[in-house]
Amino acid sequence: MSILITPETKILVQGITGAFGAKHAQLSLEYGTKVVAGVTPGKGGQFFEHQGFKVPIFDTVAAAAKKTGATVSVIFVPPPFAADAILECVDAGLDLAVAITEGIPVRDMIRVKRAMQGSPTRLVGPNCPGIVTPGTGRDSHGGCRIGIAPGYIHKKGHVGVVSRSGTLTYEAVFQLTSKNIGQSTCVGIGGDPVNGTSHLDVVKLFNADPETHGIIVIGEIGGNAEVDAARWIKANCRKPVAGFIAGATAPAGRRMGHAGAIVGGAEDTAAAKIAVFKECGIEVAVTPSDMADALLRAAKAKGVTLS
Amino acid sequence: MNIHEYQAKALFEKFGVPVPKGAPAKSAADFDSALASLPAGPVMVKSQIHAGGRGKGTFTDGFKGGVKFCATKAEAKEKACLMLGNTLVTVQTGPAGRKVQTIYFTQASDIKKEYYLAVLLDRNTSRPVIVASTEGGVEIEKVAHDSPEKIHKVVIDPAYGLAEFQVRELIAQLGLAGAEARNAAKLIRNLYTMYWETDAAMVEVNPVITTPTGEVLALDAKVSFDDNALFRHPELVALRDLNEEDPKEIEASKASLSYIALDGNIACLVNGAGLAMSTMDIIKHFGGSPANFLDVGGGASKEQVVAAFKIILGDANVKGIFVNIFGGIMDCNVIAQGIVEAVKEVGLKLPLVVRLEGNNVAAGKATLAASGLKLVSGDTMADAAQKIVKLVGTGTA
Repeated sequence: MSILITPETKILVQGITGAFGAKHAQLSLEYGTKVVAGVTPGKGGQFFEHQGFKVPIFDTVAAAAKKTGATVSVIFVPPPFAADAILECVDAGLDLAVAITEGIPVRDMIRVKRAMQGSPTRLVGPNCPGIVTPGTGRDSHGGCRIGIAPGYIHKKGHVGVVSRSGTLTYEAVFQLTSKNIGQSTCVGIGGDPVNGTSHLDVVKLFNADPETHGIIVIGEIGGNAEVDAARWIKANCRKPVAGFIAGATAPAGRRMGHAGAIVGGAEDTAAAKIAVFKECGIEVAVTPSDMADALLRAAKAKGVTLS
Repeated sequence: MNIHEYQAKALFEKFGVPVPKGAPAKSAADFDSALASLPAGPVMVKSQIHAGGRGKGTFTDGFKGGVKFCATKAEAKEKACLMLGNTLVTVQTGPAGRKVQTIYFTQASDIKKEYYLAVLLDRNTSRPVIVASTEGGVEIEKVAHDSPEKIHKVVIDPAYGLAEFQVRELIAQLGLAGAEARNAAKLIRNLYTMYWETDAAMVEVNPVITTPTGEVLALDAKVSFDDNALFRHPELVALRDLNEEDPKEIEASKASLSYIALDGNIACLVNGAGLAMSTMDIIKHFGGSPANFLDVGGGASKEQVVAAFKIILGDANVKGIFVNIFGGIMDCNVIAQGIVEAVKEVGLKLPLVVRLEGNNVAAGKATLAASGLKLVSGDTMADAAQKIVKLVGTGTA
């Protein structure tokens, strides 16, 4: 069916009254997502209104969750306050916090990640486009859209997509949908060096999801998260997997927009990661235009139907 | 954000990390007073630029060595005069080199043995890690490759901080005892505190030295900070040296664009960091050479597109432009209008290939078609990349 979220999942939005949060709360409501609450400290009791939707605003996450039954939060809070916003979700016992915020200090994320150890709350992000589980309506309407991805490019189906980069995720999804191949869930895990959910975490969920028939793993230079996922896939995953790594031409030591995309050692270059992908049986997309085709090749080789 | 060695050492002193006595000077007129502040004896003269390999570097006028040992202060002054205002080329600066605008004089230390010490983020555990080695004063990458057993790592639990047993472990690995061990322990503790409290991205000391009298000193200092945390460190922002940054990158950051100059001839204008990186890759894949990384972000305005065009055309190497936009939420028509306006404003003569996809793409394509501009449309990234490479040719600038 999907991973992490379903069309029935109830969402609350932290930072719903900010310009960015408000815009994407509106787009999610239009997509048919169950946005049931907003949280902005000091604005509790007010309402967020859009096209006939009237979403109550609360001062705290705990109050919003208790009153509305929301189990997932999407965070649009500015960077200096974002770590606190994530911890508030943990304290409220939410299932999932999705941090869209770009520019959270690394030290804050080191502390947040340590504080979340052992807690049942999962963090996706930060600095990520969010998660989409497409719906059955026109242009995948009626799905669950958390974050900033364009909902209309999706189509309900059986391919799982996991990526650090927003626009590359959209590129992959668009290629799939253009070929009439739908997606179970698309997860943007974010471009920061310290994040909540890794490629491997998402791959495990896709592997366990009977409705996901194939997986696209999109990575970048820097770190070894993609390599960890690839080795696990080799040992445990029988589903067809395609992969793409961005940053083959990026100069070492320079930050390419994503703080995580910096080459430090020999093992985290694009060439090294692509070599591991191939060694682990992942069909590598030679260019970003080849991502959907690469998955089709992988599926054909395993005799799996994607659509 | 990077800072100079002399600035890093001032921070070291503030946090109790011992360094040799030193004094910076930004003009030849200040050399005498800077040298007078040092004790008698030999002096190190160190060019201050944001790049490594200074000692083995060569100035563009042929003078060798950006770091010099001088037996006397008179000699130090003489060498400093040759370095200041001169352009130093090292393995890390690229062929253009960097102009030396500050000289740092330090007391030359008696070295008993050199070590390596660094604090940075361990991405695998999402925790800080201290890296230490008995092989100091050499390239640590080479040590890691040739003799990995000589690299020692201690991962720190951020909930507790650096524990004493971990300091003892490092001291033991480095083979230190007595006064050296006590002094090194203090240096390690204080270096970690500095890393943590200043939101440093990396603190690297290569070498840390022991002296015949049992002192432990940070002889060099390479420090960079997490840009995302600078908002809470105004005192560190003041250390930023714009002379060390590409003027085009500074211009870009003013327009909220993320730009990095490269040495190819096909300029790229893209939305999103991942897509921008892979646009560079795909140009290379089809035999071309990217001139830059440029991410206009998720919500680019017409003004930003115009600014982006001006920045990429400021690079004389550029022989063609590749605009690659996947408008998810962003309206493709806004981008198209920006392109039309920019091309008219800058009077573009170079080949331009545009690949537009996504939100309101039909209107965007119509805007481009109605503009009468000479541009080539690409259907997919691969198609567009092949077209621009063909138009520009595969030769590098």
